[in-house]
Amino acid sequence: MSAVTTDYEKTAKRLSFDLKTAGPAVALVILCVIGFLLNPAFLSEGNITNLLTRSAFIGIIAVGATFVITAGGIDLSVGSMAAAIAGVMIITMNAAIDTMGSGVATVLLGCGVSILLGIGAGWVNGALTTKGKIEAFIVTLGTMGIYRSLVTYFADGGTLSLNFDIRGTYRPVYYDSFLGLPIPVWVFIVVAILGWLLLNRTAFGRYCTAIGSNEAVAKYSAIKVDRIKTMTYVIQGFCVSLATIIYVPRLGSASSSTGVLWELEAIAAVIIGGTVLKGGYGRIGGTILGALILTTIGNILNFTDMISNYLNGTMQGLIIIVAVFLQRGDWGKSRKSED
Amino acid sequence: MPDGQTNSHAPVLCAERISKSFGPVPVLFSITMDIRAGEVHALIGENGAGKSTFMKILSGLYPPSSGRILLDGVETTLPADGQAESLGIVLIHQELNLAEQMTVEENIFLGRELTKNGVLQRQAMHDSVASLLAEVGLDISPTDRISDLAIAQKQMVEVVKAISRDARVLIMDEPTAVLTEAETQLFFRQIEKLKARGVAIVFVSHKLAEVKQIADRVTVLRDGQWIDTKAAETLTPDTMAQMMVGRELSDLYPPMHEADVDAPHVLQVTGLCAGIVQDMSFDLRKGEILGFAGLIGAGRSTVFEAICGLEPVESGEIRVDGHPVKFQSVADARALGIAYLTKDRKEKGLLLGQKMRPNLTLFALPNFVKNHWLDTKAEDAALTRAIRRFDIRARDPQTLVGNMSGGNQQKLLLAKIMETDPRIVIIDEPTRGIDVGTKQQIYHFIAALAAEGVSVVVISSEMPELIGISHRVIVMREGQITGTLTGDDITETNIMRYAAGLKAKPEHEGQG
Repeated sequence: MSAVTTDYEKTAKRLSFDLKTAGPAVALVILCVIGFLLNPAFLSEGNITNLLTRSAFIGIIAVGATFVITAGGIDLSVGSMAAAIAGVMIITMNAAIDTMGSGVATVLLGCGVSILLGIGAGWVNGALTTKGKIEAFIVTLGTMGIYRSLVTYFADGGTLSLNFDIRGTYRPVYYDSFLGLPIPVWVFIVVAILGWLLLNRTAFGRYCTAIGSNEAVAKYSAIKVDRIKTMTYVIQGFCVSLATIIYVPRLGSASSSTGVLWELEAIAAVIIGGTVLKGGYGRIGGTILGALILTTIGNILNFTDMISNYLNGTMQGLIIIVAVFLQRGDWGKSRKSED
Repeated sequence: MPDGQTNSHAPVLCAERISKSFGPVPVLFSITMDIRAGEVHALIGENGAGKSTFMKILSGLYPPSSGRILLDGVETTLPADGQAESLGIVLIHQELNLAEQMTVEENIFLGRELTKNGVLQRQAMHDSVASLLAEVGLDISPTDRISDLAIAQKQMVEVVKAISRDARVLIMDEPTAVLTEAETQLFFRQIEKLKARGVAIVFVSHKLAEVKQIADRVTVLRDGQWIDTKAAETLTPDTMAQMMVGRELSDLYPPMHEADVDAPHVLQVTGLCAGIVQDMSFDLRKGEILGFAGLIGAGRSTVFEAICGLEPVESGEIRVDGHPVKFQSVADARALGIAYLTKDRKEKGLLLGQKMRPNLTLFALPNFVKNHWLDTKAEDAALTRAIRRFDIRARDPQTLVGNMSGGNQQKLLLAKIMETDPRIVIIDEPTRGIDVGTKQQIYHFIAALAAEGVSVVVISSEMPELIGISHRVIVMREGQITGTLTGDDITETNIMRYAAGLKAKPEHEGQG
């Protein structure tokens, strides 16, 4: 049933092809062409897989951020939240070795802890914003500092390392493939599809958009504004916990520098994708492309000597500004009306 | 009235055969209008008649597609983007342009502060503003903060700001739409003073009685065409309305069906206290149209926002079909078939940046969920139905609601509320800022609903419509009921007396 509606949506999209919605896709294609011209190895299977895997962390978090931003909120705490969750996961799993051994059960315990913490942390952000009536920017700026200092405290200023035996058990979650695609990419794909369905095909998604457009209208339209807004932060927290679950086996450690600036990369991916920062319009597909674009830029810079790799941030910054400028979509009109 | 000033007949601003098209769509056809010094020239017409576009051309915000603008008899191309102010032509929008946190004097001198060697000449500005305020008879201090003023006073500050910039032509878009009756009269006294100074005033309003009162001449537009310009003393509100719609409006209000006095009570409110509302008790019968009259701020909206779970209820009992209820949210009220249509359709009613479909189904969205997924086909069907049932006219379904006319927005809002098939509908200001033709459609719709057995509460500041459609009218003042009127007792005089507190709460049936 949902396949039919998806097809219908695709045709509708094709009919209303315009720069605003197709922009991120066009940008990604252009980047890939540039990448290929600079070095044909860019399009090798190995590099594409690598690129997708690296996109997965930011991409998964950005799907959650799309909900928060569409509903008119913002979450600055996701990077610190990921670090704190990673820290607690590692501590929990290391502590469980004596009783549970270093098998799958311990890893599952760590994943369970991660999900509980993610949902809990998201709920705290949401409750402070809605029930506490504090601006989301302030709330998440606060929790960002709290989570970041907690991981530093847990690691005693150094690095928390996962027990070597558990690392062996946990390793496949990041490094193994299924049907030719690495596990993180599968998680990314599933999260993206579920996110798209939730935002575009359910009442919840419609409510997020309505709240982001105008909270008063939403309230008068019998929408439980506080509950929906809190739910967006819970979804964000859940996405962070999923990203952390596939991130921990990559390095097997967590420190105060884990996940630094992820929040900004996630927000950047959302904005590049065409979601409006002040809320009311969200695009999961765009967010996915945004995350891919950000990773691709870094990847291309690795492939070429023309621009220093240290300028990665500069390139990303330029892309964000250009993307938002193009999406404003009224730069042609405003010139006309001035005549 | 012309007061014998020599310049009172010379047109200051003259529009000759003005036409305007947006792309291929013509909206104004060869409109001619002259504005004389010291006159109030009312511009009336239904929504979509082209009043706004014409005002924007008069103030230079839009260039005309063809035709000439003469200023003091000289052909002029008005500069765009408000620069016409330097020529003495000022447009005052419905949404006021004042910096809320700054004082009156700071606002009036905003952008052209008096300075000496880069230092603000505060005393000079203060004195200048004080004398201007005294001149128009506005009883506020130059150092008052805008946010502390009443809306009528803010409106006058805008006017004073315009005068301080030597405005000779003031174009005002529905300045009285948000004013109470008393504020309007105060505002009109100040307008009279401006007239005496020789300022030419263009006044747009849907309130025809006010037009009759304040205007010297009236120009009527219909469907982008000039219909007539006449001296106001030769017109009555009825003839003006007929010129606007181009037909007799004898059927503005639907025929009144007798209310069934034995019908069961669907809503009973006893001793309700919420915010300003004190000890409210009333009931509503099945199929009844119950009007709520009163001045702005009397607490009429608060009563129903409290009943629907939008405002906290402090005490009192609400019964629906005889069962006590306490709604925590609008969703609870909706579940029992109660729907509240806000008077603030732009801020609380509709998502202006969205299309019609998500707006229509937002309130009733749970009805459009099938196996957890939104049923967009059902939504589309609902939109097609609503467009037909409520005669919503939009260029196409993809139009953003914010670009639709006020009348069509109001019909969409009504359609949105009706998607839940409510048994009790509360409509707050059903016809605010919409044209006569749409008003008529809404009145007939309300009457049809009541005939089907739906109970309707109409909160309105327009007495004629309450009188025209209500079976019973409750008058409120300062959060309390001051009177209940039925049948032939529903008259403007009776309503006004209760609303103004001239008549005490009657023990029995009050006689005029």
